Amino acid sequence: MAKILMKGNEAFGKAAITAGCRHFFGYPITPQSELPEYLSRELPAIGGTFVQAESEVAAINMVYGAGGCGARVLTSSSSPGLALKQEGITYCAGAEVPCVILNVVRGGPGLGSIQPSQSDYFMCTRGGGDGDYRTPVYAPSSVQEACDMIQDAFDVAEVYRTPVLVLLDGMIGQMMEPVDFDRPRKQREIPAKDWATTGTKGERKPNIINSLYLSPEILEEHNYHLGRKYDLIEKEEVQVEMDRTEDAELVFVAYGTMARVVKNCVEDLREEGYKVGLIRPKTVWPYPYHAFDEIPACKDLFVIEMSMGQMVEDVKLGSNGRHNVHFYGRPGGMVPEPKEIVRRAKEIMGGVK
Amino acid sequence: MAVIFERTKGLTDAQTHYCPGCTHGIIHRLVAEVLEEMDQCGNAVGVAPVGCSVLAYNYFNCDMHEAAHGRAPACATGIKRVLPDHTVFTYQGDGDLASIGTAEIVHAANRGEKITVIFVNNTTYGMTGGQMAPTTLIGEKGTTCQGGRDPELHGYPIRIAEMISTLTGAVYVERVRVDTPAEVRKAKKCIRKAFEVQKAGLGFSMVEVLSTCPTNWGKTAPDALQWLRDNMVPYFPVQNFRDVDIEAAKEEK
Ligand SMILES: Cc1ncc(C[n+]2csc(CCOP(=O)(O)OP(=O)(O)O)c2C)c(N)n1
Ligand code: SF4
Repeated sequence: MAKILMKGNEAFGKAAITAGCRHFFGYPITPQSELPEYLSRELPAIGGTFVQAESEVAAINMVYGAGGCGARVLTSSSSPGLALKQEGITYCAGAEVPCVILNVVRGGPGLGSIQPSQSDYFMCTRGGGDGDYRTPVYAPSSVQEACDMIQDAFDVAEVYRTPVLVLLDGMIGQMMEPVDFDRPRKQREIPAKDWATTGTKGERKPNIINSLYLSPEILEEHNYHLGRKYDLIEKEEVQVEMDRTEDAELVFVAYGTMARVVKNCVEDLREEGYKVGLIRPKTVWPYPYHAFDEIPACKDLFVIEMSMGQMVEDVKLGSNGRHNVHFYGRPGGMVPEPKEIVRRAKEIMGGVK
Repeated sequence: MAVIFERTKGLTDAQTHYCPGCTHGIIHRLVAEVLEEMDQCGNAVGVAPVGCSVLAYNYFNCDMHEAAHGRAPACATGIKRVLPDHTVFTYQGDGDLASIGTAEIVHAANRGEKITVIFVNNTTYGMTGGQMAPTTLIGEKGTTCQGGRDPELHGYPIRIAEMISTLTGAVYVERVRVDTPAEVRKAKKCIRKAFEVQKAGLGFSMVEVLSTCPTNWGKTAPDALQWLRDNMVPYFPVQNFRDVDIEAAKEEK
């Protein structure tokens, strides 16, 4: 299929439909409202359902119900809304209900701003609901990549029976880019949904979607079971892009929209003869810690974020004391400027060449 | 030997954990009998709440979800939208439905969500040890209102059936009690009607059931039933709040 020019938020909706998602439950919040608006029009037209819930709490609990019936189901929100969805996300994780959740991040804390931000990194990668659970988190850098990842996310959710997050920001949500929805994707075997609550028809024992284990021994076993699943996801699903890192003395680390800005900085610095590269995590959980073993010439890591510095903690874990770790970021919905990033990188590398 | 009475197939053979004399058990049985009589056990998905009936998913002989505290109507909405031809019900206590879950119940009813809600009102938070509920009566003692509920401090007991019946999407709302055999039989009829309304696709249906908590009320089982009659019924009138003629409504549709 040819590429179509689409606004990010609407393209995300089309990607979900392309992936076979027919059920959306959400609540409006800027800067992602074009997505529910688009789906409110498109889903009923193809026999799907769109429900504007009374709150984010209700929306994610609708997702929990729908996902438990084996449906491909989506919800989306932005930062304060995602905070409210944490209740349902931990229930989905605990009850192993597959679903996909988009977070188009805006500035915080609290009501914050509606500008693009990356300050939900902790909330998304560390959870925010109760208990020992993890959720895979994709961090696309373009509308096309977001659409590819959203489609993959539905498969991954079902392969592992887990909620999957896609971490976006207002910039990717609001920008227009050409997208091809038919790009080849990794073929995955989706296990039979024999656990789903679709009515026993009198032919099997009742299925129960549940995260309650009153006996601590059994709950512990359940947590070990979840833990083994997360180990497998860490092994199988981590994604990273390494850009000119082989000989780089300074390696930037950035994801999402910020990685796009940093790519231009790498370009400019290379032209001026600086040996720089970029590690771009495409999944931020599981985090590509191994990438830091593969940068032999690197002395300095330079983390750029649209936040006060949240991913920098993962970079330190990955580096494990082997590099000098520097950070530059701007919070609250401000985007670090290329010339500022370049200037600081040069300072780290010992001044102008 | 002829069998004259047997366990309903709507319940599993698990032993329930309810306290002696608690009417949760009776209400389970009524819902289960209705499911069986309507031949819906294989076609039903139930939603269990947080509260004493949290383990209801082990007792009903159909597919079940356990929902977060108060969120059963939202969870049931998700289920019903995916499985519109299934019978979907929630079973919720007053702490669950009338406190933490008020937004979810009001909006599910207002959307006319085609689900059936069994609302068990025992004027207390049974599971967590008898704290004040939104339905606790004036003067009734709870572990968080030890001098008795004082409206100056705690507001007034919420009448849920009355409130829900103001919503257009709620097509059938009735309050029943399960303190005598005759009332139990009436309650069953209402529960059946609520499921029939759902089956006919008419909208939201809810039965509020006045129930006992002998354990937290500190009463024997018979005294608890008497207390229900003397104190709950005057404040929570047992009556139909919103009715519908199923056959006529089906034709209109
Ligand atoms: C989010 C959350 N808050 C509080 C609780 C604790 N809790 C468990 S049951 C319950 C009250 C249930 O009371 P009710 O719905 O009246 O049911 P009953 O036990 O009386 O049958 C509470 C507050 C919880 N499990 N989850
Ligand atoms: S605590 Fe009260 S409501 Fe709960 S099972 Fe016992 S008697 Fe019933």
